[in-house]
Amino acid sequence: MTKRPDPPVPASPRRALSKKDLLDIDGITEDDIRLVLDTAESMREINQRAIKKVPTLRGKLVANLFFENSTRTRFSFEIAERRLSADSIALSATGTSVAKGETLLDTGRNLMAMAPDAIVIRHSRSGAPHLLARHLPCAVVNAGDGTHEHPTQALLDAFTIRRAKGTLAGLRVAICGDVTHSRVARSNVSLLTKMGAGVTLCGPRTLLPPEIERTGARVVNRLEEAVEGADVVMILRVQKERGGGLGFPSDREYYEQFGLTPERRKLAKKDAIVMHPGPMNRGVEIDSAVADGPDSVILEQVENGVAVRMAVLYLLIGASGEDE
Amino acid sequence: MSGEAVLLRGGRVVDPSRNLDQTLDVLLKDGVVAKVDEKIAAKGAEIVDAAGFVVAPGFVDLHTHLREPGFEYKETIATGTRAAAAGGFTSVCAMANTDPVPDDAPTVAFVVRRARETGAVRVFPIGAVSKGLKGVELAEIGSMKVEGIVAISDDGKPVANGNLMRRALEYASMFGLPVVVHEEEPSLVGAGVMNEGWASTRLGLAGWPNVGESAMVARDVQLAGLTGARLHVAHVSTRESLETIRAARKLGVPVTCEVTPHHLLLTDEDVARSGYDTRFKMNPPLRAEADRAALVTALVEGTIDCVATDHAPHHEDEKNVEFADAPFGVIGLETALPALVDGLLVPRTITLLRLVEVLSTAPARVFGLPYGTLAEGAAADVVLFSTSKSTPVTPDGFQSRSKNSPWLARTLKGRVERTWVGGREVFSRSSGTPR
Repeated sequence: MTKRPDPPVPASPRRALSKKDLLDIDGITEDDIRLVLDTAESMREINQRAIKKVPTLRGKLVANLFFENSTRTRFSFEIAERRLSADSIALSATGTSVAKGETLLDTGRNLMAMAPDAIVIRHSRSGAPHLLARHLPCAVVNAGDGTHEHPTQALLDAFTIRRAKGTLAGLRVAICGDVTHSRVARSNVSLLTKMGAGVTLCGPRTLLPPEIERTGARVVNRLEEAVEGADVVMILRVQKERGGGLGFPSDREYYEQFGLTPERRKLAKKDAIVMHPGPMNRGVEIDSAVADGPDSVILEQVENGVAVRMAVLYLLIGASGEDE
Repeated sequence: MSGEAVLLRGGRVVDPSRNLDQTLDVLLKDGVVAKVDEKIAAKGAEIVDAAGFVVAPGFVDLHTHLREPGFEYKETIATGTRAAAAGGFTSVCAMANTDPVPDDAPTVAFVVRRARETGAVRVFPIGAVSKGLKGVELAEIGSMKVEGIVAISDDGKPVANGNLMRRALEYASMFGLPVVVHEEEPSLVGAGVMNEGWASTRLGLAGWPNVGESAMVARDVQLAGLTGARLHVAHVSTRESLETIRAARKLGVPVTCEVTPHHLLLTDEDVARSGYDTRFKMNPPLRAEADRAALVTALVEGTIDCVATDHAPHHEDEKNVEFADAPFGVIGLETALPALVDGLLVPRTITLLRLVEVLSTAPARVFGLPYGTLAEGAAADVVLFSTSKSTPVTPDGFQSRSKNSPWLARTLKGRVERTWVGGREVFSRSSGTPR
């Protein structure tokens, strides 16, 4: 397949997303996606300066609500906020606030009383960010909700792919693993199909959700079939904590059937890139030789996460009114 | 009951118990339907101009959660029966998942007494199948029958143990009581909070498949066949359950079933469209369009005997949480008629005669209640409603203590105007509920 560059993007007259929140890729437009990716290019440049900080969000308050464990995403948002000079506060709760006797909505309303401009929320329940967004006037950014979506992950993945391949349209992307429990997969399928990439989903039948083919993705059960001829191979984390363990008999068998080994990697295009949203189960869904190999862009994904989240925050709360 | 006479003049009288649908006068006197005829003269009677309205036997709900005792912050017998009256229901059957559970004579007697003291309409208690709804030992079904239960059910929970269900059917049959079953196979339902399908896949919510219901329906119709006992399947939601019930009927198994207005008119796509709105979360869940269409067909042609609301009030605070954490259930008494007029009668999917039948005559027959008819001498339980006027569904418009309705913010064609129980007016749209 030949690489077709995306048409040159004219300097967008739009400096904000079409909605007040970023809840899911399903609910935003192709233009929104392009705007985030283009804006992230300039943010990436900031991250390479000696002094990696701009005053763009000075005086803005961002609250990070992490109700579920997270290292990468949380650090990534916090760094993004600091580089844009936003004030940021963090609330982390193990378990839900319900366990402490306060509802999510009450936590949100109390926080709102302190007038944040944006709330970044990670939560174990699908739709939790939507609940906040419906009741609070500030911008709500979904940093991963249950088994629903992880929109900034899909945006940073798209950014990484676009940087490596020059385009998204026309690419062949294989997304492999525990699709049922993967919010990363849902966001990525939605984004990539919107942008014209051809997506193949692959996993054991027990870990593919019903009617998933209606996303427009090709669905297969053999990893070899998915990887063959792919430009991008994205491996998903096996999520035993979400019940993925019922879908296959053992780690050993999973690796045999669905692990991305160097041999299977060879079925993809020569210049294919290998991605993983992390954290990895080495030796289960991916072999270390591939994860740490020359085609792996796994650490670039992490690096790009900061730029993409800077872009999202800027477009949601920094872009209205005055110029940079 | 009131002795004052009421003459409903010139309404479209729809009485499925006699296959009647014509413009007539109806005289209510001494608590009964005294006369149904053309041009009745009744000196001293209150005259109600019913021209342009439908006059029908009061609706009968086989599946109502009144929440008292134990959950009075959600609903009480007083508020729940006021909601019933406002929806045209003159009889409601109170489900057993209260606290304490009605599983012996005194707990049933409490409901009967509270209904007598505070109820706006007739209340018929449903006793538990098992003590404390625990699914282990049979409740005291015989003593509860003496206090007035009309059926037994562990509704809200399935009776997972097949042998207990068999014994419940056998035991209840001695008292002529139907066993009402809430069908879900626990290991297939798991943590499911909505229908399994394309919508649950997109929303990332745990779904449960149709077979979670129909597998239990299959078990229970066969147990009904084995025991010869009366089985009533609550809130059928899947096409496979319907097929199973049809097949059982062909074999002569005494099984009846009900469907809710929301399962007839909404699907899992409404859950998706709502953006995780818990007013669309109930059990069984809203199913796929193919199921919804099959339910409508089955209701029209008779495989489904009747409509029941599964009126399930929950406090706003309980519902205003993450979708997976919210309790199951929606209120339905006050929206049943408008929802069905709007969704089935206006598009001419169902006839007015059949619509009234599935709301009054048929449910009364299923539980053997002497209502659902305007036959002369029958109790004067009557509803007057319009099929052309509209009901705007607003949070402030409910008589119910709760507001968890999937119809909020909708304006539905069809409106209940007045309701009488035993000849006494219990609801009037113009003056609110008198009691």
